[in-house]
Amino acid sequence: MATVTFNDATRVYPGADRPAVDKFSLEIGDGEFMVLVGPSGCGKSTTLRMLAGLEEVNSGTIFIGERDVTTLPPKDRDIAMVFQNYALYPHMSVADNMGFALKMAGVPKAERDQRVAEAAKLLGLEEYLARKPKALSGGQRQRVAMGRAIVRKPQVFLMDEPLSNLDAKLRVSTRTQIAALQARLGVTTVYVTHDQVEAMTMGDRIAVMKDGLLQQVDSPLKLYDEPVNIFVAGFIGSPAMNLMPAKIVEGGAQIGDYTVPISREVLAKADSDTVVVGIRPENFKIDTTGISVDVAVVEELGADGYLYGTISGSGDDAITAQQIVAHISARTAPQRGTTVRLNAIDPATVHVFAEKSGLRIS
Amino acid sequence: MPHFLSAKPDSRFIPLPWQLPLAQWPADLLVALPRGISRHVVRFITVGGVFYAAKEVVEHLAMHEYRMLTDLRRLDAPSVEPVAVVTGRVDGRGDPLDPVLITKHLEFSLPYRTLFDHGVRPETVTRLVDALVVLFVRLHLIGFLWGDVSLSNVLFRRDAGEFAAYLVDAETSELHPSLSDGQREHDLSIAHLNLYGEFLDLEAGGILDKSLTPKVLADSIITRYRDLWGELTGAEEYAGGETYQVEDRVRRLNALGFDVAELDIDTAADGSTIRIQPKVVEAGYYSRRLMRLTGIDAEENQARRLLNDIGIFRAREGLQHLDEAVIGSMWLRECFQPVLEAVPSQLRGKRDPVQVYHEVLEHRWYLSERAQHEVPLLQAAQAYVHDILETLPDEQVSLDEPTVEVRLPANPYDPSAGFVDDEGPLPPDPWETGDDADLPPADFLDIAALRARQQG
Repeated sequence: MATVTFNDATRVYPGADRPAVDKFSLEIGDGEFMVLVGPSGCGKSTTLRMLAGLEEVNSGTIFIGERDVTTLPPKDRDIAMVFQNYALYPHMSVADNMGFALKMAGVPKAERDQRVAEAAKLLGLEEYLARKPKALSGGQRQRVAMGRAIVRKPQVFLMDEPLSNLDAKLRVSTRTQIAALQARLGVTTVYVTHDQVEAMTMGDRIAVMKDGLLQQVDSPLKLYDEPVNIFVAGFIGSPAMNLMPAKIVEGGAQIGDYTVPISREVLAKADSDTVVVGIRPENFKIDTTGISVDVAVVEELGADGYLYGTISGSGDDAITAQQIVAHISARTAPQRGTTVRLNAIDPATVHVFAEKSGLRIS
Repeated sequence: MPHFLSAKPDSRFIPLPWQLPLAQWPADLLVALPRGISRHVVRFITVGGVFYAAKEVVEHLAMHEYRMLTDLRRLDAPSVEPVAVVTGRVDGRGDPLDPVLITKHLEFSLPYRTLFDHGVRPETVTRLVDALVVLFVRLHLIGFLWGDVSLSNVLFRRDAGEFAAYLVDAETSELHPSLSDGQREHDLSIAHLNLYGEFLDLEAGGILDKSLTPKVLADSIITRYRDLWGELTGAEEYAGGETYQVEDRVRRLNALGFDVAELDIDTAADGSTIRIQPKVVEAGYYSRRLMRLTGIDAEENQARRLLNDIGIFRAREGLQHLDEAVIGSMWLRECFQPVLEAVPSQLRGKRDPVQVYHEVLEHRWYLSERAQHEVPLLQAAQAYVHDILETLPDEQVSLDEPTVEVRLPANPYDPSAGFVDDEGPLPPDPWETGDDADLPPADFLDIAALRARQQG
């Protein structure tokens, strides 16, 4: 078990005009499940690879526990890349398929057997140990691949988009299994994904990255409830938060013909005459007062539904107008083509961001 | 309506049953060819008399692999030829199916499974490892991080007395301007473990020669890789007077089959030492030369052999005064073509033409030794056809005929699926209770559940 610490770790690719990862600092607790998430090119994989020893660290340091591993070769870091090898060897038993790396490392047979048995128990594969792997399902193959990493008892597990080659169904079940397993094993884990839903459902904490810079590190709920800037606000959540530019007026900020009430103290922190108001789809309700929205589509999903529309008078046509998504109850679903007023269910769910810096001011 | 991405579109692919999962394709479209272990559904299909490999894989990986294979071809690295990616597939009920990546089947190629199924001598195993190492180093030299080096992910072709390896799976790969030491070490450690696993598996299957041990074989890939990488890229320092050492180094690289495109030479200010380091080396020294002289496309060792033969031809015929290119075309006309014409057309699928020529040269040497005089080339060719070629298996396309285990394959079109299960019904699996239908969609964020979890 160990902590992982990045201190201003920076990676600049030769010929690039800005770092792929810029002064990345992060402390990952012992046994923590840390997810690095962000859009393609944000530097999350490069960060993981610096930790794995696959990418040179141009400046800064990386520690695993008390050990400075910044310049250590990958094999000396006591880490395991999970899901690196999915190949199942047809002539070998499931047990041998799980434990062969230990055999290569010269671990005595008794200890090998014990570690494999422990891993198999955790993975629900005990009954399969003596069998050949040919009849295993996709999910069972995944578990054997996890078992290969588990038996090595590394200090840190690294996973780089491990679910990206799975179909949607297996992806959902495997992510739950990985998270549950990690919690039981308590091995510090760094997990990279571009998928914010995956990040939110799996991580103890999530580090959101963009353009090589760390934006925010927090628990899933904190990220969701208090995003530090417009990027995190828009990136976390599905469907995404509605982010609406609004002119500062007396008592709040104006969207269409409606003034969203915002306190004077918050507005005082604005850096221009406009703020960006953020409201999540599920924090809207249809009300007698509120933002006027022309309903374009209503998507009913059982008892719930989503309303898609545009802010009345916000643009010349449906393309240029500001798009709005709201979660509604199917009972109150309006007709398409009508106009409704949407209000926040609670003033506390209204997020306000400075226009220029993009930083949260509410 | 499926969408085809292809640099060389072939309309014969359009009518194939794209609405069916590959695993359900009708037998008349399929060919039973052996292949390595794969985590995806792979089938060999025949279209217009040509064989292709079709792999069902999620879209971003299919696109990635298509592009990587295209890049490898452009960089002249030995790899299979990508043909197309078929996306936008839906089944009869309108549900989406994963895209299919199509690559051309490499003629006269031998998957390691086929080689081992037919029994392999210990020295052949070493040659296979050597071929894999040469491919591995060549890929690293061009900045290609493989990510999954294994015997399953290459195909072998005969190359005179050696083998040449071709990459067939680029799914996990990345192309960089150059690789860091950490990246190479990582790739090497994956290779080490994968090869160990594969040799252990062959041992468990009883098809690895008893004199060989998986650990020693897997370790040998590391030492061989380091030796070759060191020779190709390492810096050397000499005393100032020993300038001939520079030429010597270039000769050594050529002997390994590499051209030196850039060489760094640093001389100490006082002239006491010279330090040299190859900066850009390119594989294919002999095959490029043979191609230039004769237009023949050959593997590296085959090319070396043929170039030697051209040299002997030149000396024997007293043609030293003629231009090389002229000699090349004379040799083609008087030696190479007559030998190939001596091979009856029904035997031409047994070996590729250049390999036939090499084997005829070998046979002539053997016949001449025995006869104590030089046997004419054509006579040796006829003897080779009769004594050897007729008895060899067909290798243009090696069909899957497992000889070691006489058990029924679970699926004759997917040999890697193993054999019909004789272990009885599967035991219960607590993790697979079959209630997958209740799973939320992959892109649904259940924030209420998250809150409940946090509070509970």
